[in-house]
Amino acid sequence: MSLGTIFVMRHELLLIAAALLVLMAEIFVNPDKRRYISLFSVSLFGVITLIGFIPSPTGSLFGGMYVTSNTILLMKNVLNIGALLVFIQSVTWLKKEENSEKISEYFILLISTLVGMNFMISAGHFLMFYIGIELATIPIAALAAFDRYKNKSAEAGIKLILSSALSSGILLYGLSLIYGTTGTLYFNEVAALFGNNNLQILAFIFFFAGMAFKISIVPFHLWTADVYEGSPVNITSYLSVISKGAAVFILIILLFSVFPEIIATWQKTIYVTAVLTMTIGNLFAIRQQNITRFLAFSSISQAGYILLGFIGGNQLGMASVIYYVLVYIFSNLGAFGVVIAISNSKGRENIEDYNGLYHTNPKLSLIMTLALFSLAGIPPVAGFFGKFFLFTAAAQKGFYLLVLIAVLNTIISLFYYLLVIKAMFINKGENPIEKFRSDFPTRFALGICVAGIVVTGFASILFEVIRNLSFGV
Amino acid sequence: MINFSYTIWIPLLPFLLFILLGLAGHKLKPKLSGLFGTGGLAIITILSYITAYKYFFTSEKIEGAYQKISAFNITWLQLTDKLHIDLGVLLDPISVMMLVVITTVSLMVHIYSLGYMKGEKGFERFFAFLSLFSFSMLGLVLATNIFQMYIFWELVGVSSFLLIGFYYQKPSAVRASKKAFIVTRFADLGFLIGILILSFNTKTFDFITLTDPAGSAIAQGGGIAFMGLSVMTWSMIFVFMGGVGKSAMFPFHIWLPDAMEGPTPVSALIHAATMVVAGVYLVARMFPIYAFSAPAALEVVAYVGAFSSLFAAVIACTQTDIKRVLAYSTISQIGYMMLALGVSGYGGHEGLGYMASMFHLFTHAMFKALLFLGAGAIIHAVHTNHMTEMGGLRKYLPITHMTFLIACLTIAGIPPLSGFFSKDEILAAAFHNNKLLFAVEYIVAGLTAFYMFRLYFSIFWGKETHYHHTPHEAPATMTIPLIVLAIGSVFTGFIPFNELVTSDGKVFETEIELIVAIPSVLIGLLGIGIAFVMYRKESEISDKLAAIFKYTYKWAYNKFYMDELYLFVTKKIIFRYISEPVAWFDRHIVDGTMNAIASVTQSVSLRIKGFQSGQLQKYAFVFVTGAIMLAILFIYLWK
Repeated sequence: MSLGTIFVMRHELLLIAAALLVLMAEIFVNPDKRRYISLFSVSLFGVITLIGFIPSPTGSLFGGMYVTSNTILLMKNVLNIGALLVFIQSVTWLKKEENSEKISEYFILLISTLVGMNFMISAGHFLMFYIGIELATIPIAALAAFDRYKNKSAEAGIKLILSSALSSGILLYGLSLIYGTTGTLYFNEVAALFGNNNLQILAFIFFFAGMAFKISIVPFHLWTADVYEGSPVNITSYLSVISKGAAVFILIILLFSVFPEIIATWQKTIYVTAVLTMTIGNLFAIRQQNITRFLAFSSISQAGYILLGFIGGNQLGMASVIYYVLVYIFSNLGAFGVVIAISNSKGRENIEDYNGLYHTNPKLSLIMTLALFSLAGIPPVAGFFGKFFLFTAAAQKGFYLLVLIAVLNTIISLFYYLLVIKAMFINKGENPIEKFRSDFPTRFALGICVAGIVVTGFASILFEVIRNLSFGV
Repeated sequence: MINFSYTIWIPLLPFLLFILLGLAGHKLKPKLSGLFGTGGLAIITILSYITAYKYFFTSEKIEGAYQKISAFNITWLQLTDKLHIDLGVLLDPISVMMLVVITTVSLMVHIYSLGYMKGEKGFERFFAFLSLFSFSMLGLVLATNIFQMYIFWELVGVSSFLLIGFYYQKPSAVRASKKAFIVTRFADLGFLIGILILSFNTKTFDFITLTDPAGSAIAQGGGIAFMGLSVMTWSMIFVFMGGVGKSAMFPFHIWLPDAMEGPTPVSALIHAATMVVAGVYLVARMFPIYAFSAPAALEVVAYVGAFSSLFAAVIACTQTDIKRVLAYSTISQIGYMMLALGVSGYGGHEGLGYMASMFHLFTHAMFKALLFLGAGAIIHAVHTNHMTEMGGLRKYLPITHMTFLIACLTIAGIPPLSGFFSKDEILAAAFHNNKLLFAVEYIVAGLTAFYMFRLYFSIFWGKETHYHHTPHEAPATMTIPLIVLAIGSVFTGFIPFNELVTSDGKVFETEIELIVAIPSVLIGLLGIGIAFVMYRKESEISDKLAAIFKYTYKWAYNKFYMDELYLFVTKKIIFRYISEPVAWFDRHIVDGTMNAIASVTQSVSLRIKGFQSGQLQKYAFVFVTGAIMLAILFIYLWK
């Protein structure tokens, strides 16, 4: 292996270097200049995100443990964009007195999880994949407990670490069965040896349960609500968008390239869990009063829609999944961005608090509306095209009933998204959130989200690019 | 090949202006936003003129015919490998001609509006909407495929809606904008159905493929027959329905007179010169299909055009609101253009009607915009729309008077003004193909001269009226466009359309046929003469005539009760016998189902709350149970 080939893992190397640089900064920077660390980390990460778009060599390393392709690079770039938005949205929150000592800690942990996700997506071997998953999960548990003197935050951390330990256990059980029946953990070798016998189906179901936990697919989703509510809002948005997106990416790669032999089985699995996820997610979302919890449950049903892109096993399916994750990043982070801005400056997080928001903060209300429209899939914003492609991909393979159920769920979801919009525009607030001006990072991040929602909807060239990089079973 | 790719900026620039003025307009000084809008339009006007020059005089002809050039094209939505929707720019004689028409009139209207709308609330909003309209209209005429055309077709509908309802505090303006939108939307439904049938039949949206006379779309013929007409004919009739709505042809003409509630410059631009001729443009764009695959549909076009033109001309003779007279006159003149297309054939001298229609579209845009802008100047001076309240204005408004007179002479078809040439070609085309339609149009020519000069004499001559304050001539921003358009009305008749805009792109010979020209000039003069006798001075002849033809007059004055007929059909028949049962069904069955779903959803969501207990051990239990259930399901039950 010559030194040049190491740059195949450019994304991971850059991230590791960034984590180390932030650590150095923490050690060497004068304590009263710590507040510049945010700026430093965000701009560093911005540069890394940009570098990610430079075309780079692809191939495999470490005897096939690590592989990358243009599709994988695209996925990593999508995740980078999302993570960058979360980074920017965190800046204001990190300025708070109680966080001033932990700024670099926050960035190092976040970057570590991103390294884990990148390794996970790039894995060519189940061991590598597993290491990636754990590297992506454990720091997040620490982040969930970031406000460690708040009970809820500590609870979120401990709940996340315990339930992910359980899911890892099940996942590892599945992997060991895979190893036991095939004698290898390399993806391409497993693919050749996997068949439709009962033991291997059991292995697959356990593996799927482990992944379903990460994407919070029903019935493996129960941790979500408590963790999302307890964690700091920034972490919640990270969990619901980036972590979920990464898990979606690796799951679709594995289903398409490692388990094509048992496509009939995993189509049924996806069918059942997709229906459950959309429906249950919606049913819970309707009842929520707290806006973070509300977005958390809505993100569960969003995961259900994403599963529709999996089920056909077609190229259009994969393209629609990647596209939807991108759209979802902008839409959900747009919605979370508004929630964060309000929570940071006013500390209010209930849907009731949003009554009459339009009269005091019209711009924030409009951004929120745009983001919710996109999440609900109302044309012509990006979310509509995202859902349209997902549904088309499923319909192309004849899953009409599933598409019908998904459409019905979309209508239900429209109801509760509109409730928030109604609160902002129509309801009279007795004690509305006063007018306030958010600071530059918040506005900047929201601006990117709005631009993203609009541009990804209209620039069809984007979908073409994604489609050309996708593949089917 | 000349590179025409820059033409994409012609529609794009107004779009950028729309975004700029729409988002930041209220922060700019009103004057500045007006200047931005006008300046942007001036640039694209110059670009359009350059394009026209390059296209007509320097581009390469193949076998003596102008080529259709796809100057720019991107795939916007790739739905499947075959089904894709493109956006682009198509240059051919008619689209280049339309570029010139739209940008010229639009620029004049922009300049005029600087004066006319001065001090109005929402000045920058007005210019933002005008830019949006220019963008949509240019996108429509430059469309490379029928779907793009449909998208922009709807966009012009929206901008027209916004501009008619510009004075949104006025209930009548709001009503008119709704009416225009709903009526044209209804017609557009037909258009959409037509597009779907057509593209299903031909497997393409693309105009170049569709309208190539030697291409597969036309060669495959009409397709299977349905109710005596081929599928292709049906689709083209449906497509034409969209054109009927947008061009305010009978029976969808009812929105146009009401649309006069919008500011007068808007009436000049949208409801006289550009948008309302979109229907004519549509038929011209699809003309080879009409001519080869759907001759029956083409006959429909001819008769609808002829009937509308007669019908509207009769009504115009009785109206007193000057803008409404002009509106009906527009319907009548567009009827002429439709008729000319309807009687035309394809290629060579057969295509005389096609050429005449485009020619008349061009000259009509100039003189009708001039008439409307002149009417705007008059209304500006005397603050009323009713010609009964005017008279003797020639002393106060000399420039408006002169330009208005030129426009009236032009529309009456007096040589050597432009209207004479274009109308003469239309009459000649009708004369050779269908004597009945020729007779109708011949009468309409006389009526046109009569009602235009009725208008002219009542406003500028007639009785001396006392005004609250002395009317004064409009400012230069308003008179300059009048003069420019008047020059256009006088001289555009000399443009050799038979060499430039023909059905097959090739030159053919035409000459003035005296057998048609002399009678048509005579009947025009006759109409002017009658109007002179009746309205030159205050006289009782008109009242007497109205009394003699009491019922005819009353019917025509009330526009043949078309609005009432529509109201009767919608309120008494559709609402009572269709909508009410549907509403009952909706309230009880549909809403009932929905309410049931909602209450079930609510109660289920209440019941399953227990799952979300917050207890981790329970979560783990559900997790493991779920995994085991899935395993059992897929290993034993459903394999």
